[in-house]
Amino acid sequence: MATSTSQSRLKYLLHLAQDNLDFRLPEIKALLALRGKPFHSSGDFKEKSPFWCLDGLSEEDVRGVMARSVCAKSAFELWGHGQTHSELKTSLLNYPSENMSPFMQKDSTYRINVYTFNKTLEFVDRIKRIDALEYLPFEGTVSLKSSQHIFCLLEDYGTDPNDIPDQPNYIYFGRWIADGQRELIRSHSVKNRHFIGNTSMDAGLSFIMANHAKVNVNDLVFDPFVGTGSLLVACSHFRAYVCGTDIDYNTIHGRGRSSRKNNTWRGPDENIRANLRQYGTEEMYLDVMVSDASKHVWREAALFDAIITDPPYGIRESTRRTGSHKDVSRPPDGIYVESHVPVTQAYHLSDIFTDLLNFSAHHLVLGGRLVYWLPVYRPEYCEEMVPPHPCLRIISNCEQTLSSHTSRRLITMEKFKKPEFCYPRFSGRVVMEIVSRLLGSISKQKRGVADKLQAQRWSHRVQLNSPHYSSSQHLSSSLHPSVDQQLPYSQDKLSN
Amino acid sequence: MKLLTHNLLTSHVKGVVKGYPLLIKATEVKVNEVDFNPQFVSRMIPKLEWSALVQAAEELGQRQDLPAELVPEYENNEEFLKKVHRVLLEVEVIEGCLRCPESGREFPISRGIPNMLLSEDEV
Repeated sequence: MATSTSQSRLKYLLHLAQDNLDFRLPEIKALLALRGKPFHSSGDFKEKSPFWCLDGLSEEDVRGVMARSVCAKSAFELWGHGQTHSELKTSLLNYPSENMSPFMQKDSTYRINVYTFNKTLEFVDRIKRIDALEYLPFEGTVSLKSSQHIFCLLEDYGTDPNDIPDQPNYIYFGRWIADGQRELIRSHSVKNRHFIGNTSMDAGLSFIMANHAKVNVNDLVFDPFVGTGSLLVACSHFRAYVCGTDIDYNTIHGRGRSSRKNNTWRGPDENIRANLRQYGTEEMYLDVMVSDASKHVWREAALFDAIITDPPYGIRESTRRTGSHKDVSRPPDGIYVESHVPVTQAYHLSDIFTDLLNFSAHHLVLGGRLVYWLPVYRPEYCEEMVPPHPCLRIISNCEQTLSSHTSRRLITMEKFKKPEFCYPRFSGRVVMEIVSRLLGSISKQKRGVADKLQAQRWSHRVQLNSPHYSSSQHLSSSLHPSVDQQLPYSQDKLSN
Repeated sequence: MKLLTHNLLTSHVKGVVKGYPLLIKATEVKVNEVDFNPQFVSRMIPKLEWSALVQAAEELGQRQDLPAELVPEYENNEEFLKKVHRVLLEVEVIEGCLRCPESGREFPISRGIPNMLLSEDEV
């Protein structure tokens, strides 16, 4: 088995997209972990670089990662590399010929692509680069359209568009293995999705979340703040069975006003199930329910392989849970009108996260992951502010900047032990304090009517800067500080 | 609502001790064809409360010949897994309600979607 030992020493080159930089390493690590492989970089590893060299993997591992990744563009079997073309030549000539020859046979067809990062090369220069590789023993015939083997020369001109060097900083040559799933960002864009809401998660981030959560084929995945089901769409694409709950009756039933510009009312079949049907994954749909995340309805057992969610921060969708500050007299016994909308009260962010972590500790399988967004007021943020839990280990914490003062962080946690007792709801006093410190400025802005103007500015900025959905203009009207206390029944969703 | 979901749900009415399983009162039940996936069904069986599943299927008149006891070595028993698949994923309650066995509180199901919200005076 000489081939298998030399195979295992092969290096692979990943070419990554230069957006969502923070999210890339946790994604690739999670996808490798799905295959039971550790992340080993080789040589000089720079996380922010578009090129990473990986060690200790098989071609099958690399194909597996690329079949899932939305952060990686392409993967190559690395044949040679260097800081100059002459270093590349030395490196390539040292590459074992038995590894090259299967792809250079006489009866095969091939082509060589030239890819430059941070610089555009003229056509003639590209040809020159290819001609300069004549020292490689290619015996097949060139075919640009249907080549059996594709090779690529990649030149890295750094990441500063204002300071592009004459000569590349680094050069790689390798055999193309597979492309990533960047196409999903376009094919699953919320612009063309049947059913969307004000805060539908953008497609790229939804797939990244599913990857961070290590969502796998035949998993059971739950979203407690499901909204219009963007995260379920992504998870079902990776063949997981999905379910979700939301407190908003109209969203779950696809009723009420449409979030699309110029549209008035939602159509008869605008719902989460129809979204999955649109992408051909309806058989992965289990159920959605109208339910309050603060009073969950699941029996006590390790039911879910992943919990993945975008909790409401109360900026663009109000945070609510059932309950009232007032004494409400009980309705006549036995009469529970199907469409009754209970009075809701503000659901404070600190409680949302305490509940979410406790729920996950009890209902995730061992090794299962919780992935959620934490809103952050940047000047006061520090790592200790991420809510901890004795049964959940933090795997990654990635920032998406929304404005100079605000961002949200994608937190990934993994359950590593079973809860020994039922952590009471408000036991996490430390957690509460940490989170209220963290969110102090945000919730102060939201709650105080005196600060209303400032809050509107803030929410406006969030909308403008948030890359995840920005087409509807009427969103700022969704900011109603303390609307829940003002109305006897929280009908804001019904009437607006 | 599929019976897989029903099997995982419990009553969350305040003060209720024995809220499982929820009783199903259905006025409309549909059987939708869903692709058979033996691996998923095998994975779900250990998470199920078997007697609750049999009872739910019975209540809906959809039990057919689903055995009262879980059969041993079901992983390779395709015939059995197909029966479980049908009950778990294909039978759906479209209209009706879920009833808490202890308090009697009913949660309506409409257009296939249960409404599990409690009223403001119940929380």
